[in-house]
Amino acid sequence: MNSTPSNGVPILRLGDVLVTGLLNELDDKSAVAFTEELTARITSDHARGVLIDISRLEIIDSFVARTLMELTTMARLLGARVIVAGMRPPVAITLVELGLQLTGVETALNAEQGMAALGWHQTPSPPEGVLRDTRQ
Amino acid sequence: MTHASDVGTASRSGPPAIDDGFRTAPAVHEVRNEEDLLVVRHAVRAATLRAGFSIVDQTRVVTAASELARNAYVHGGGGTLAIEHLARTGAAGLRLTVADEGPGIPDLSAALTDGFTTGAGLGHGLGGARRLMDEFDIDTAAGDGTTVTVTRWAVR
Amino acid sequence: MLRAEADDIADRWVQLQLAQAPLGDAVSETELREESDALIGALISGLDGDGPVERVVGSHPGLRQAVCDLSLRRARAGATPTDTSLAVLALKEALLEAAQRQTENAAALFSDAVLINRLLDSAGALSFETYVEGREEIIRRQSRQLLEVSTPVVRLWRQVLAVPLIGTLDTARTQVVMENLLQGIQDHEALVAIIDITGVPTVDTAVAQHLMQTVNAVRLMGADCVISGIRPPIAQTIAQLGIDLSTILTRATLADALAAAVKLTDAASARPTPAADR
Repeated sequence: MNSTPSNGVPILRLGDVLVTGLLNELDDKSAVAFTEELTARITSDHARGVLIDISRLEIIDSFVARTLMELTTMARLLGARVIVAGMRPPVAITLVELGLQLTGVETALNAEQGMAALGWHQTPSPPEGVLRDTRQ
Repeated sequence: MTHASDVGTASRSGPPAIDDGFRTAPAVHEVRNEEDLLVVRHAVRAATLRAGFSIVDQTRVVTAASELARNAYVHGGGGTLAIEHLARTGAAGLRLTVADEGPGIPDLSAALTDGFTTGAGLGHGLGGARRLMDEFDIDTAAGDGTTVTVTRWAVR
Repeated sequence: MLRAEADDIADRWVQLQLAQAPLGDAVSETELREESDALIGALISGLDGDGPVERVVGSHPGLRQAVCDLSLRRARAGATPTDTSLAVLALKEALLEAAQRQTENAAALFSDAVLINRLLDSAGALSFETYVEGREEIIRRQSRQLLEVSTPVVRLWRQVLAVPLIGTLDTARTQVVMENLLQGIQDHEALVAIIDITGVPTVDTAVAQHLMQTVNAVRLMGADCVISGIRPPIAQTIAQLGIDLSTILTRATLADALAAAVKLTDAASARPTPAADR
Protein backbone atom coordinates (compact mmCIF):
# COMPACT_ATOMS: atom_id res chain seq x y z
CA MET A 1 0.00 0.00 0.00
CA ASN A 2 2.94 2.26 0.67
CA SER A 3 4.25 2.45 -2.86
CA THR A 4 1.12 1.94 -4.96
CA PRO A 5 -1.59 4.50 -4.26
CA SER A 6 -4.92 2.74 -4.15
CA ASN A 7 -7.07 5.63 -5.31
CA GLY A 8 -4.92 7.02 -8.09
CA VAL A 9 -3.74 10.07 -6.12
CA PRO A 10 0.01 10.05 -5.69
CA ILE A 11 1.58 11.34 -2.48
CA LEU A 12 4.60 13.45 -3.40
CA ARG A 13 7.32 14.46 -1.01
CA LEU A 14 8.81 17.96 -1.27
CA GLY A 15 11.36 18.35 1.49
CA ASP A 16 9.50 17.66 4.69
CA VAL A 17 6.09 18.34 3.16
CA LEU A 18 3.85 15.69 1.64
CA VAL A 19 1.67 16.90 -1.21
CA THR A 20 -1.43 15.03 -2.29
CA GLY A 21 -5.01 15.55 -3.34
CA LEU A 22 -8.48 14.08 -3.31
CA LEU A 23 -10.44 13.28 -6.46
CA ASN A 24 -14.15 13.59 -6.90
CA GLU A 25 -14.59 9.84 -7.21
CA LEU A 26 -13.72 9.08 -3.62
CA ASP A 27 -15.60 6.07 -2.34
CA ASP A 28 -15.51 4.95 1.26
CA LYS A 29 -12.92 2.20 0.78
CA SER A 30 -10.55 4.57 -1.04
CA ALA A 31 -11.00 7.15 1.70
CA VAL A 32 -9.97 4.65 4.36
CA ALA A 33 -7.06 3.41 2.22
CA PHE A 34 -5.97 7.00 1.64
CA THR A 35 -5.92 7.75 5.37
CA GLU A 36 -3.86 4.64 6.06
CA GLU A 37 -1.39 5.37 3.30
CA LEU A 38 -0.95 9.00 4.25
CA THR A 39 -0.37 8.34 7.95
CA ALA A 40 2.14 5.63 7.04
CA ARG A 41 3.98 8.06 4.77
CA ILE A 42 4.05 10.80 7.43
CA THR A 43 5.92 8.41 9.70
CA SER A 44 8.23 6.89 7.09
CA ASP A 45 9.10 10.23 5.42
CA HIS A 46 9.35 12.18 8.70
CA ALA A 47 6.96 14.74 7.24
CA ARG A 48 6.27 17.97 9.13
CA GLY A 49 3.57 19.26 6.83
CA VAL A 50 0.84 17.78 4.62
CA LEU A 51 -0.93 19.65 1.82
CA ILE A 52 -4.17 18.11 0.60
CA ASP A 53 -5.50 19.71 -2.56
CA ILE A 54 -9.28 19.34 -2.75
CA SER A 55 -9.94 21.63 -5.73
CA ARG A 56 -11.23 18.62 -7.70
CA LEU A 57 -13.79 17.64 -5.05
CA GLU A 58 -17.29 18.50 -6.23
CA ILE A 59 -18.99 17.58 -3.00
CA ILE A 60 -18.01 17.03 0.62
CA ASP A 61 -20.59 15.07 2.56
CA SER A 62 -20.33 14.29 6.25
CA PHE A 63 -18.29 11.15 5.53
CA VAL A 64 -15.58 13.00 3.59
CA ALA A 65 -15.65 15.79 6.20
CA ARG A 66 -15.10 13.22 8.93
CA THR A 67 -12.24 11.69 6.95
CA LEU A 68 -10.54 15.10 6.63
CA MET A 69 -10.98 15.89 10.33
CA GLU A 70 -9.65 12.50 11.42
CA LEU A 71 -6.72 12.81 9.05
CA THR A 72 -5.83 16.19 10.53
CA THR A 73 -5.99 14.83 14.07
CA MET A 74 -3.91 11.75 13.23
CA ALA A 75 -1.30 13.83 11.41
CA ARG A 76 -1.06 16.22 14.33
CA LEU A 77 -0.48 13.27 16.67
CA LEU A 78 2.34 12.18 14.36
CA GLY A 79 3.84 15.68 14.40
CA ALA A 80 2.66 17.00 11.03
CA ARG A 81 0.51 20.01 10.21
CA VAL A 82 -2.24 19.50 7.62
CA ILE A 83 -3.51 22.18 5.27
CA VAL A 84 -6.54 21.52 3.10
CA ALA A 85 -6.40 23.74 0.04
CA GLY A 86 -8.65 24.83 -2.79
CA MET A 87 -12.16 24.16 -1.56
CA ARG A 88 -14.68 25.26 -4.19
CA PRO A 89 -17.21 27.97 -3.21
CA PRO A 90 -20.33 25.77 -3.66
CA VAL A 91 -18.70 23.08 -1.53
CA ALA A 92 -17.94 25.57 1.26
CA ILE A 93 -21.51 26.94 1.19
CA THR A 94 -23.01 23.45 1.27
CA LEU A 95 -20.74 22.41 4.15
CA VAL A 96 -21.80 25.29 6.40
CA GLU A 97 -25.45 24.73 5.51
CA LEU A 98 -25.00 21.07 6.33
CA GLY A 99 -23.79 22.29 9.73
CA LEU A 100 -20.19 21.17 9.37
CA GLN A 101 -17.23 23.33 10.30
CA LEU A 102 -14.23 21.03 9.75
CA THR A 103 -13.15 21.82 13.29
CA GLY A 104 -9.38 21.94 13.63
CA VAL A 105 -8.72 21.71 9.90
CA GLU A 106 -6.55 24.50 8.48
CA THR A 107 -7.52 25.73 5.03
CA ALA A 108 -5.85 27.66 2.24
CA LEU A 109 -7.25 29.28 -0.89
CA ASN A 110 -5.15 27.19 -3.25
CA ALA A 111 -2.19 24.81 -3.25
CA GLU A 112 0.28 27.67 -3.70
CA GLN A 113 -0.90 29.54 -0.62
CA GLY A 114 -1.11 26.28 1.29
CA MET A 115 2.52 25.57 0.48
CA ALA A 116 3.44 29.12 1.51
CA ALA A 117 1.73 28.56 4.86
CA LEU A 118 3.79 25.39 5.26
CA GLY A 119 6.96 27.41 4.78
CA TRP A 120 7.50 27.16 1.03
CA HIS A 121 8.10 30.34 -0.91
CA GLN A 122 8.30 31.15 -4.56
CA THR A 123 11.71 32.24 -5.73
CA PRO A 124 11.23 35.91 -6.68
CA SER A 125 13.14 35.71 -9.98
CA PRO A 126 15.51 32.88 -10.67
CA PRO A 127 18.66 34.36 -12.30
CA GLU A 128 19.27 33.30 -15.90
CA GLY A 129 16.14 31.19 -15.86
CA VAL A 130 17.80 28.59 -13.67
CA LEU A 131 15.35 26.91 -11.32
CA ARG A 132 16.66 27.03 -7.83
CA ASP A 133 15.46 25.65 -4.54
CA THR A 134 15.36 28.46 -1.99
CA ARG A 135 15.72 25.94 0.74
CA GLN A 136 19.36 25.21 0.01
CA MET B 1 -45.64 5.51 12.61
CA THR B 2 -43.65 8.61 13.28
CA HIS B 3 -43.86 11.37 10.79
CA ALA B 4 -42.11 14.67 10.45
CA SER B 5 -42.43 17.11 7.68
CA ASP B 6 -41.71 20.66 6.90
CA VAL B 7 -41.85 22.90 3.94
CA GLY B 8 -39.27 25.55 3.25
CA THR B 9 -39.82 29.27 3.21
CA ALA B 10 -42.87 30.42 1.33
CA SER B 11 -40.67 32.34 -1.04
CA ARG B 12 -39.53 29.21 -2.78
CA SER B 13 -42.16 26.56 -2.24
CA GLY B 14 -45.40 27.13 -4.05
CA PRO B 15 -48.80 25.52 -3.81
CA PRO B 16 -48.50 21.79 -4.48
CA ALA B 17 -51.69 21.88 -6.56
CA ILE B 18 -50.01 22.70 -9.83
CA ASP B 19 -47.21 20.17 -10.00
CA ASP B 20 -49.37 17.05 -9.97
CA GLY B 21 -50.14 16.99 -13.65
CA PHE B 22 -46.61 17.28 -14.96
CA ARG B 23 -44.49 14.74 -13.18
CA THR B 24 -42.32 12.41 -15.12
CA ALA B 25 -42.03 8.86 -13.93
CA PRO B 26 -39.40 8.62 -11.21
CA ALA B 27 -36.11 6.89 -12.02
CA VAL B 28 -35.35 4.39 -9.28
CA HIS B 29 -31.77 3.50 -8.35
CA GLU B 30 -30.65 0.70 -6.07
CA VAL B 31 -28.48 1.54 -3.07
CA ARG B 32 -27.01 -1.83 -2.09
CA ASN B 33 -23.26 -1.27 -1.91
CA GLU B 34 -20.61 1.44 -1.84
CA GLU B 35 -20.33 1.55 -5.62
CA ASP B 36 -24.05 2.31 -5.76
CA LEU B 37 -23.44 5.42 -3.65
CA LEU B 38 -21.24 6.81 -6.43
CA VAL B 39 -23.69 5.76 -9.14
CA VAL B 40 -26.55 7.45 -7.31
CA ARG B 41 -24.53 10.63 -6.87
CA HIS B 42 -23.83 10.72 -10.61
CA ALA B 43 -27.49 10.18 -11.44
CA VAL B 44 -28.59 12.96 -9.10
CA ARG B 45 -25.93 15.31 -10.49
CA ALA B 46 -27.15 14.62 -14.03
CA ALA B 47 -30.75 15.27 -12.95
CA THR B 48 -29.83 18.62 -11.34
CA LEU B 49 -28.11 19.64 -14.57
CA ARG B 50 -31.19 18.67 -16.56
CA ALA B 51 -33.41 20.66 -14.22
CA GLY B 52 -31.22 23.72 -14.78
CA PHE B 53 -30.04 24.11 -11.18
CA SER B 54 -27.29 26.60 -10.35
CA ILE B 55 -23.92 25.14 -9.40
CA VAL B 56 -24.55 25.80 -5.70
CA ASP B 57 -27.99 24.19 -5.85
CA GLN B 58 -26.48 21.22 -7.70
CA THR B 59 -23.97 20.81 -4.90
CA ARG B 60 -26.67 21.10 -2.23
CA VAL B 61 -28.89 18.46 -3.82
CA VAL B 62 -26.06 16.01 -4.59
CA THR B 63 -24.72 16.38 -1.03
CA ALA B 64 -28.17 15.80 0.48
CA ALA B 65 -28.60 12.75 -1.79
CA SER B 66 -25.23 11.44 -0.68
CA GLU B 67 -26.19 11.79 3.01
CA LEU B 68 -29.56 10.12 2.57
CA ALA B 69 -28.26 7.30 0.35
CA ARG B 70 -25.50 6.60 2.84
CA ASN B 71 -28.06 6.51 5.66
CA ALA B 72 -30.12 3.97 3.72
CA TYR B 73 -27.02 1.89 3.01
CA VAL B 74 -25.41 2.05 6.47
CA HIS B 75 -28.46 2.11 8.76
CA GLY B 76 -31.16 0.64 6.54
CA GLY B 77 -29.10 -2.22 5.12
CA GLY B 78 -29.62 -0.90 1.60
CA GLY B 79 -32.58 0.56 -0.19
CA THR B 80 -33.55 2.66 -3.18
CA LEU B 81 -33.31 6.26 -4.29
CA ALA B 82 -35.89 7.60 -6.72
CA ILE B 83 -35.39 10.80 -8.71
CA GLU B 84 -38.43 12.72 -9.93
CA HIS B 85 -38.48 15.83 -12.08
CA LEU B 86 -41.16 18.30 -11.05
CA ALA B 87 -42.45 21.36 -12.82
CA ARG B 88 -44.55 24.19 -11.62
CA THR B 89 -45.06 27.54 -13.19
CA GLY B 90 -41.71 29.23 -13.60
CA ALA B 91 -39.60 26.71 -11.72
CA ALA B 92 -38.19 23.25 -12.14
CA GLY B 93 -37.85 21.00 -9.16
CA LEU B 94 -36.28 17.76 -8.15
CA ARG B 95 -37.72 15.30 -5.68
CA LEU B 96 -35.66 12.51 -4.16
CA THR B 97 -37.26 9.62 -2.33
CA VAL B 98 -34.89 7.44 -0.37
CA ALA B 99 -36.43 4.29 1.06
CA ASP B 100 -35.04 1.35 3.00
CA GLU B 101 -36.53 -1.64 4.78
CA GLY B 102 -34.16 -1.38 7.71
CA PRO B 103 -34.86 -1.21 11.43
CA GLY B 104 -36.38 2.28 11.18
CA ILE B 105 -35.57 5.21 13.43
CA PRO B 106 -36.90 4.72 16.98
CA ASP B 107 -36.23 8.29 18.12
CA LEU B 108 -36.89 10.61 15.20
CA SER B 109 -36.38 13.93 16.96
CA ALA B 110 -33.00 12.75 18.26
CA ALA B 111 -31.98 11.62 14.78
CA LEU B 112 -32.82 15.04 13.39
CA THR B 113 -30.65 16.72 16.02
CA ASP B 114 -27.17 17.69 14.91
CA GLY B 115 -24.40 15.58 16.31
CA PHE B 116 -26.60 12.52 16.82
CA THR B 117 -25.08 9.50 15.19
CA THR B 118 -25.14 5.76 15.44
CA GLY B 119 -22.83 5.23 12.50
CA ALA B 120 -19.64 6.46 10.88
CA GLY B 121 -20.77 9.95 9.85
CA LEU B 122 -20.83 13.15 11.81
CA GLY B 123 -24.46 12.96 12.80
CA HIS B 124 -25.46 15.73 10.45
CA GLY B 125 -26.98 13.49 7.79
CA LEU B 126 -30.71 13.87 8.33
CA GLY B 127 -30.75 17.38 9.81
CA GLY B 128 -28.23 18.52 7.22
CA ALA B 129 -30.21 17.09 4.33
CA ARG B 130 -33.26 18.89 5.71
CA ARG B 131 -31.39 22.22 5.71
CA LEU B 132 -30.06 21.72 2.18
CA MET B 133 -33.49 21.08 0.67
CA ASP B 134 -36.67 23.17 0.46
CA GLU B 135 -39.07 20.45 1.54
CA PHE B 136 -38.42 17.51 3.80
CA ASP B 137 -40.63 14.61 4.77
CA ILE B 138 -39.82 11.45 6.71
CA ASP B 139 -41.84 8.34 7.48
CA THR B 140 -40.37 5.79 9.81
CA ALA B 141 -41.33 3.20 12.37
CA ALA B 142 -39.27 0.82 14.46
CA GLY B 143 -38.83 -2.38 12.46
CA ASP B 144 -40.62 -0.99 9.44
CA GLY B 145 -38.01 0.88 7.41
CA THR B 146 -37.55 4.55 6.66
CA THR B 147 -38.64 6.69 3.72
CA VAL B 148 -37.28 10.20 3.33
CA THR B 149 -38.68 12.50 0.65
CA VAL B 150 -36.90 15.76 -0.11
CA THR B 151 -37.56 18.42 -2.75
CA ARG B 152 -35.59 21.38 -3.99
CA TRP B 153 -36.84 24.02 -6.43
CA ALA B 154 -34.51 25.85 -8.76
CA VAL B 155 -34.29 29.53 -7.95
CA ARG B 156 -35.15 31.85 -10.85
CA MET C 1 -70.31 19.40 -32.39
CA LEU C 2 -67.27 21.24 -31.11
CA ARG C 3 -65.09 19.90 -33.87
CA ALA C 4 -67.29 21.23 -36.63
CA GLU C 5 -67.50 24.69 -35.15
CA ALA C 6 -63.91 24.93 -33.87
CA ASP C 7 -62.87 27.66 -36.30
CA ASP C 8 -65.99 29.73 -35.82
CA ILE C 9 -65.72 29.50 -32.06
CA ALA C 10 -62.11 30.59 -32.16
CA ASP C 11 -62.97 33.55 -34.39
CA ARG C 12 -65.82 34.60 -32.20
CA TRP C 13 -63.76 34.27 -29.06
CA VAL C 14 -61.03 36.49 -30.47
CA GLN C 15 -63.69 39.04 -31.47
CA LEU C 16 -65.25 38.98 -28.04
CA GLN C 17 -61.92 39.46 -26.32
CA LEU C 18 -61.00 42.34 -28.58
CA ALA C 19 -64.38 43.92 -27.97
CA GLN C 20 -64.51 43.63 -24.21
CA ALA C 21 -61.01 44.51 -23.12
CA PRO C 22 -58.55 46.83 -24.76
CA LEU C 23 -55.42 44.74 -24.34
CA GLY C 24 -53.36 47.38 -26.02
CA ASP C 25 -50.10 46.35 -27.59
CA ALA C 26 -49.54 43.55 -25.14
CA VAL C 27 -51.41 40.90 -27.07
CA SER C 28 -51.91 41.10 -30.83
CA GLU C 29 -54.83 39.63 -32.72
CA THR C 30 -52.62 36.97 -34.30
CA GLU C 31 -51.41 35.91 -30.88
CA LEU C 32 -54.99 35.78 -29.64
CA ARG C 33 -55.91 33.58 -32.58
CA GLU C 34 -53.02 31.21 -31.90
CA GLU C 35 -54.01 31.05 -28.25
CA SER C 36 -57.59 30.29 -29.18
CA ASP C 37 -56.66 27.52 -31.60
CA ALA C 38 -54.37 25.92 -29.05
CA LEU C 39 -56.95 26.06 -26.28
CA ILE C 40 -59.86 24.83 -28.37
CA GLY C 41 -57.72 22.06 -29.85
CA ALA C 42 -56.83 21.00 -26.32
CA LEU C 43 -60.46 21.25 -25.30
CA ILE C 44 -61.51 18.89 -28.08
CA SER C 45 -58.90 16.31 -27.21
CA GLY C 46 -59.77 16.73 -23.53
CA LEU C 47 -63.45 16.03 -24.15
CA ASP C 48 -62.57 13.04 -26.34
CA GLY C 49 -61.19 11.31 -23.30
CA ASP C 50 -63.61 9.89 -20.80
CA GLY C 51 -64.00 11.11 -17.27
CA PRO C 52 -66.22 13.65 -15.57
CA VAL C 53 -66.46 17.01 -17.31
CA GLU C 54 -65.76 19.02 -14.15
CA ARG C 55 -62.35 17.39 -13.86
CA VAL C 56 -61.33 17.51 -17.50
CA VAL C 57 -59.64 20.89 -17.12
CA GLY C 58 -57.61 19.73 -14.16
CA SER C 59 -56.75 16.25 -15.35
CA HIS C 60 -56.07 16.61 -19.08
CA PRO C 61 -52.43 17.73 -19.34
CA GLY C 62 -52.77 19.44 -22.72
CA LEU C 63 -55.85 21.43 -21.78
CA ARG C 64 -54.44 22.34 -18.42
CA GLN C 65 -51.23 23.51 -20.05
CA ALA C 66 -53.15 25.61 -22.59
CA VAL C 67 -55.12 27.39 -19.84
CA CYS C 68 -51.96 27.89 -17.75
CA ASP C 69 -50.02 29.25 -20.72
CA LEU C 70 -52.73 31.73 -21.53
CA SER C 71 -53.00 32.97 -17.95
CA LEU C 72 -49.25 33.20 -17.47
CA ARG C 73 -48.81 35.15 -20.68
CA ARG C 74 -51.44 37.64 -19.47
CA ALA C 75 -49.82 37.87 -16.06
CA ARG C 76 -46.42 38.60 -17.58
CA ALA C 77 -47.87 41.11 -20.03
CA GLY C 78 -49.31 42.97 -17.08
CA ALA C 79 -53.01 42.35 -17.75
CA THR C 80 -55.28 42.73 -14.73
CA PRO C 81 -56.73 39.60 -13.12
CA THR C 82 -60.23 40.72 -14.15
CA ASP C 83 -59.25 40.97 -17.81
CA THR C 84 -57.62 37.58 -17.64
CA SER C 85 -60.57 35.74 -16.18
CA LEU C 86 -63.00 37.66 -18.40
CA ALA C 87 -60.97 36.50 -21.40
CA VAL C 88 -61.40 32.88 -20.38
CA LEU C 89 -65.06 33.40 -19.61
CA ALA C 90 -65.62 35.01 -23.02
CA LEU C 91 -64.97 31.56 -24.45
CA LYS C 92 -68.09 30.46 -22.62
CA GLU C 93 -70.14 32.93 -24.61
CA ALA C 94 -68.60 31.80 -27.88
CA LEU C 95 -69.26 28.16 -27.01
CA LEU C 96 -72.85 28.86 -25.96
CA GLU C 97 -73.55 30.63 -29.22
CA ALA C 98 -72.12 27.69 -31.14
CA ALA C 99 -74.23 25.27 -29.13
CA GLN C 100 -77.30 27.32 -29.99
CA ARG C 101 -76.51 27.14 -33.68
CA GLN C 102 -76.02 23.39 -33.55
CA THR C 103 -78.84 22.31 -31.31
CA GLU C 104 -82.57 22.76 -31.95
CA ASN C 105 -83.77 20.70 -29.03
CA ALA C 106 -84.25 22.88 -25.93
CA ALA C 107 -83.54 20.08 -23.46
CA ALA C 108 -80.33 19.13 -25.25
CA LEU C 109 -79.33 22.78 -25.43
CA PHE C 110 -79.86 23.14 -21.71
CA SER C 111 -77.70 20.15 -20.87
CA ASP C 112 -75.02 21.43 -23.25
CA ALA C 113 -75.17 24.81 -21.59
CA VAL C 114 -74.73 23.24 -18.15
CA LEU C 115 -71.77 21.27 -19.42
CA ILE C 116 -70.18 24.34 -21.01
CA ASN C 117 -70.71 26.31 -17.82
CA ARG C 118 -69.06 23.70 -15.66
CA LEU C 119 -66.17 23.34 -18.05
CA LEU C 120 -65.46 27.04 -18.33
CA ASP C 121 -65.98 27.75 -14.66
CA SER C 122 -63.26 25.30 -13.76
CA ALA C 123 -61.08 26.73 -16.53
CA GLY C 124 -61.71 30.20 -15.08
CA ALA C 125 -60.73 29.05 -11.61
CA LEU C 126 -57.54 27.45 -12.90
CA SER C 127 -56.78 30.52 -14.94
CA PHE C 128 -57.07 32.73 -11.90
CA GLU C 129 -54.90 30.43 -9.81
CA THR C 130 -52.22 30.35 -12.48
CA TYR C 131 -52.41 34.08 -12.95
CA VAL C 132 -51.73 34.67 -9.27
CA GLU C 133 -48.88 32.20 -9.35
CA GLY C 134 -47.43 33.86 -12.43
CA ARG C 135 -47.41 37.18 -10.61
CA GLU C 136 -45.81 35.56 -7.57
CA GLU C 137 -43.12 34.15 -9.79
CA ILE C 138 -42.41 37.63 -11.13
CA ILE C 139 -42.20 38.93 -7.58
CA ARG C 140 -39.84 36.11 -6.60
CA ARG C 141 -37.61 36.82 -9.56
CA GLN C 142 -37.57 40.52 -8.91
CA SER C 143 -36.71 40.12 -5.25
CA ARG C 144 -33.93 37.73 -6.24
CA GLN C 145 -32.59 40.33 -8.68
CA LEU C 146 -32.88 42.98 -6.01
CA LEU C 147 -30.84 40.77 -3.68
CA GLU C 148 -28.16 40.37 -6.33
CA VAL C 149 -27.76 44.08 -6.94
CA SER C 150 -27.98 44.99 -3.26
CA THR C 151 -25.08 42.71 -2.41
CA PRO C 152 -22.05 44.02 -4.28
CA VAL C 153 -18.63 42.56 -3.57
CA VAL C 154 -15.97 45.25 -3.94
CA ARG C 155 -12.20 44.96 -3.96
CA LEU C 156 -10.77 47.41 -1.43
CA TRP C 157 -7.13 46.50 -1.49
CA ARG C 158 -4.84 43.86 -2.88
CA GLN C 159 -6.33 40.58 -1.60
CA VAL C 160 -8.98 42.41 0.45
CA LEU C 161 -12.68 42.30 -0.48
CA ALA C 162 -15.66 43.97 1.18
CA VAL C 163 -19.43 43.43 1.18
CA PRO C 164 -21.48 46.33 2.52
CA LEU C 165 -24.75 44.88 3.78
CA ILE C 166 -27.84 47.08 3.66
CA GLY C 167 -31.03 45.83 5.26
CA THR C 168 -31.66 42.65 7.15
CA LEU C 169 -29.88 39.34 6.74
CA ASP C 170 -32.28 36.43 6.29
CA THR C 171 -31.64 32.96 4.89
CA ALA C 172 -32.13 33.89 1.23
CA ARG C 173 -29.94 36.98 1.58
CA THR C 174 -27.23 35.01 3.36
CA GLN C 175 -27.13 32.52 0.49
CA VAL C 176 -26.66 35.30 -2.06
CA VAL C 177 -24.01 37.03 0.07
CA MET C 178 -22.11 33.77 0.49
CA GLU C 179 -22.26 32.90 -3.20
CA ASN C 180 -21.06 36.34 -4.33
CA LEU C 181 -18.41 36.68 -1.64
CA LEU C 182 -16.91 33.21 -2.06
CA GLN C 183 -16.82 33.57 -5.81
CA GLY C 184 -15.10 36.95 -5.37
CA ILE C 185 -12.54 35.40 -3.03
CA GLN C 186 -11.74 32.74 -5.58
CA ASP C 187 -11.58 35.19 -8.50
CA HIS C 188 -9.32 37.71 -6.72
CA GLU C 189 -7.41 35.19 -4.61
CA ALA C 190 -8.42 37.35 -1.67
CA LEU C 191 -7.08 36.61 1.78
CA VAL C 192 -9.46 38.78 3.81
CA ALA C 193 -13.16 39.54 3.39
CA ILE C 194 -14.73 42.44 5.25
CA ILE C 195 -18.45 42.25 5.97
CA ASP C 196 -19.70 45.73 6.77
CA ILE C 197 -22.95 45.76 8.72
CA THR C 198 -23.35 49.53 9.10
CA GLY C 199 -26.57 49.29 7.08
CA VAL C 200 -28.02 46.37 9.04
CA PRO C 201 -30.69 47.81 11.35
CA THR C 202 -30.60 45.13 14.07
CA VAL C 203 -28.56 42.10 14.94
CA ASP C 204 -30.59 39.39 16.65
CA THR C 205 -29.61 35.76 17.16
CA ALA C 206 -30.84 34.79 13.67
CA VAL C 207 -28.79 37.53 11.97
CA ALA C 208 -25.77 36.62 14.09
CA GLN C 209 -26.15 33.00 13.08
CA HIS C 210 -26.23 33.99 9.41
CA LEU C 211 -23.12 36.11 9.91
CA MET C 212 -21.35 33.17 11.58
CA GLN C 213 -22.34 30.92 8.68
CA THR C 214 -20.85 33.34 6.19
CA VAL C 215 -17.65 33.69 8.23
CA ASN C 216 -17.33 29.91 8.47
CA ALA C 217 -17.76 29.51 4.71
CA VAL C 218 -15.08 32.16 4.08
CA ARG C 219 -12.73 30.34 6.45
CA LEU C 220 -13.34 27.00 4.72
CA MET C 221 -12.12 28.68 1.53
CA GLY C 222 -8.88 29.53 3.33
CA ALA C 223 -9.53 33.26 3.74
CA ASP C 224 -10.20 35.31 6.86
CA CYS C 225 -13.14 37.51 7.79
CA VAL C 226 -13.49 40.88 9.52
CA ILE C 227 -16.89 42.28 10.50
CA SER C 228 -17.10 46.06 10.57
CA GLY C 229 -19.70 48.73 11.15
CA ILE C 230 -20.83 47.58 14.56
CA ARG C 231 -22.57 50.63 16.00
CA PRO C 232 -22.76 51.07 19.80
CA PRO C 233 -26.47 50.11 20.05
CA ILE C 234 -25.76 46.96 18.02
CA ALA C 235 -22.82 46.11 20.28
CA GLN C 236 -25.17 46.49 23.25
CA THR C 237 -27.77 44.17 21.73
CA ILE C 238 -25.13 41.58 20.88
CA ALA C 239 -23.80 41.67 24.45
CA GLN C 240 -27.27 41.61 26.03
CA LEU C 241 -28.43 38.68 23.89
CA GLY C 242 -25.27 36.81 24.83
CA ILE C 243 -24.31 36.24 21.18
CA ASP C 244 -20.76 34.97 20.98
CA LEU C 245 -18.83 36.63 18.18
CA SER C 246 -15.52 36.26 20.01
CA THR C 247 -14.05 33.99 17.34
CA ILE C 248 -14.56 36.72 14.75
CA LEU C 249 -12.38 39.79 14.27
CA THR C 250 -14.66 42.82 14.60
CA ARG C 251 -14.06 46.54 14.11
CA ALA C 252 -16.21 49.65 14.62
CA THR C 253 -15.65 51.21 11.21
CA LEU C 254 -14.85 50.07 7.70
CA ALA C 255 -11.62 52.09 7.84
CA ASP C 256 -10.46 50.26 10.97
CA ALA C 257 -11.41 46.94 9.36
CA LEU C 258 -9.40 47.76 6.25
CA ALA C 259 -6.36 48.59 8.39
CA ALA C 260 -6.75 45.26 10.21
CA ALA C 261 -7.21 43.43 6.91
CA VAL C 262 -4.10 44.95 5.35
CA LYS C 263 -2.13 43.93 8.44
CA LEU C 264 -3.45 40.40 8.05
CA THR C 265 -2.42 40.18 4.39
CA ASP C 266 1.03 41.59 5.24
CA ALA C 267 1.42 38.95 7.92
CA ALA C 268 0.44 36.27 5.43
CA SER C 269 3.01 37.35 2.84
CA ALA C 270 5.74 37.75 5.46
CA ARG C 271 5.41 34.23 6.72
CA PRO C 272 8.49 32.69 8.32
CA THR C 273 11.05 31.40 5.89
CA PRO C 274 11.70 27.65 5.85
CA ALA C 275 14.92 28.17 7.78
CA ALA C 276 13.19 30.14 10.52
CA ASP C 277 10.46 27.50 10.60
CA ARG C 278 12.79 24.82 11.85
